[in-house]
Amino acid sequence: MTYTFGLDTFGDRNGDAAGKALSHAQTIRNVAEEGVFAEQAGVDFFGIGEHHTEYFPMPAADVVLAAIAARTSRIRLGSAVTVLGSDDPVRVFQRYSTLNALSGGRAEVILGRGSSIDSFPLFGYDLADYEELFDEKATLFAELLKGGPVTWEGKTRAALVNQDVVPHTESGPFPAWIGVGGNPQSVIRAARLGFSLALAIIGGPPARFAPFSELFQRALEKYGRPPLPVMVHSPGHVAATDEQAKAEFWPHWRDIITVMAAERGFAVPTEASFERETGPSGALYVGSPETVATKIAANLPVLGATRFDLKYGMPGFTHDQLMTNIDLYGHQVIPRVRELLGAPASN
Amino acid sequence: MMREPTRLAVLGSGHVGPVIARLAVKAGYPVAIATSGDPEDIALITELVIPGAQPRWASDAVADADIVVLAIPLHRFVDIDPAPLDGKLVIDAMNYWPASDGILEPFEDGGSSEIVAQRLAGSTVVKALNHIGYHELEDRARPTGAADRQAAGVAGDDARSVAVIAELVDQLGYDPVTLAGLRAGRVLEPGGPVFGVVLERAEFEQAINARSLL
Repeated sequence: MTYTFGLDTFGDRNGDAAGKALSHAQTIRNVAEEGVFAEQAGVDFFGIGEHHTEYFPMPAADVVLAAIAARTSRIRLGSAVTVLGSDDPVRVFQRYSTLNALSGGRAEVILGRGSSIDSFPLFGYDLADYEELFDEKATLFAELLKGGPVTWEGKTRAALVNQDVVPHTESGPFPAWIGVGGNPQSVIRAARLGFSLALAIIGGPPARFAPFSELFQRALEKYGRPPLPVMVHSPGHVAATDEQAKAEFWPHWRDIITVMAAERGFAVPTEASFERETGPSGALYVGSPETVATKIAANLPVLGATRFDLKYGMPGFTHDQLMTNIDLYGHQVIPRVRELLGAPASN
Repeated sequence: MMREPTRLAVLGSGHVGPVIARLAVKAGYPVAIATSGDPEDIALITELVIPGAQPRWASDAVADADIVVLAIPLHRFVDIDPAPLDGKLVIDAMNYWPASDGILEPFEDGGSSEIVAQRLAGSTVVKALNHIGYHELEDRARPTGAADRQAAGVAGDDARSVAVIAELVDQLGYDPVTLAGLRAGRVLEPGGPVFGVVLERAEFEQAINARSLL
């Protein structure tokens, strides 16, 4: 079995060593440096998730990915996620097809919603229409990926009649995934449209997603499609020791979850809930390289997944801490996971 | 003579419905699950994610049920026909969640279950299973007597119905804390002191009592 390993960021706004927030501009430049360094550290994929907030100032992931593409040669580059429901599928295809051209065929997209809802009011969409928007636009995106002229009609965008959409890709569709956060009907949709499945597991025991992987493969069979890969995306942080990783991660995680809790109405996390989530049956991959590698290696087979993306960073981390995380993830965690899974040393 | 088993109909096959249905199957209840569409559409989901439950048309599931669980997005609830639910005991596991519902004016002032009950005038509505995250609901369930058993709120205007749902919540794996009145159940809503946290009974009662003193 071949496994691949990625890093994802939301452009989490960096802090300095004294805890003061860096500018949005500096954070974006740091993300580009982190992407370039990820290749040097041996990471297979670098993903940037679209967000529109003060603490995740990352609305134009494709622009940053293009900057990384210009300075790298091997690492795959993609969105994690593109909020397709509030975007135009034609433009998304064009931007990532352009990235694919620039990078020599290294582009990918993960389509979904993430936890990002800010783009809906920003671009004049109603969240109550989310299902229809996403379903229609994902259907159109699947058509665009095929390459030929597209004919499509729906309610959420102007119709296309035998429309050639450029730039054409050189060697067929680039990899495209749908991100799913716990709704089995979204799993069925990914299979129906022929997208690969990205399981976003950000809270609770990962094993509860195991039936989703089987559901996905069975649904692919039902729709007459070949098997497609499953990936896991989860947050975490790697440092020299478990204690250091937790001490660095906890205050930033607590702060961002507290902000989101106030926006969404759920209660703030406690140290007890943090301990649960960083433990063997939780969703956070926070610890030493050995701890994180052991947890990844334990979960991938349970989840029927062949790719793991660590969502690294949180608002407030310093760029240096993130570079150390990338270094340890690439040089120690990934080789150790492959060793634990009996997989070839690298691709 | 053996008592007829309590039959559940879970409406909704998104994030929450399958989790409640799994807990109910595990606790030994006959469970039907339904969406607004053809049961064939959720046959595979049921087989793999909720083994033991029956996918059915919503009208059939509701007609045969003793307890109906509403686990659909609130913005879809406003479109459903209340008539088939007449005379039924209904669990409102929904929340007003502008982050996914968008703004729904009637629900802006709080008390979502009271508005649900007004719309389902022929049903008895009990608010329950709405305040523990779907990603934790199954993992934190424990049998009666377990040391680390967690609490779950049950609120309704009809005391007998609250007792019936409290018994169900107990069987599903939580220590039921009953609240007299849907109005009192507002403490279980988003923004309330127990929403999205999992607490043992003493902490739970302390949290909601502190809030009601304000």
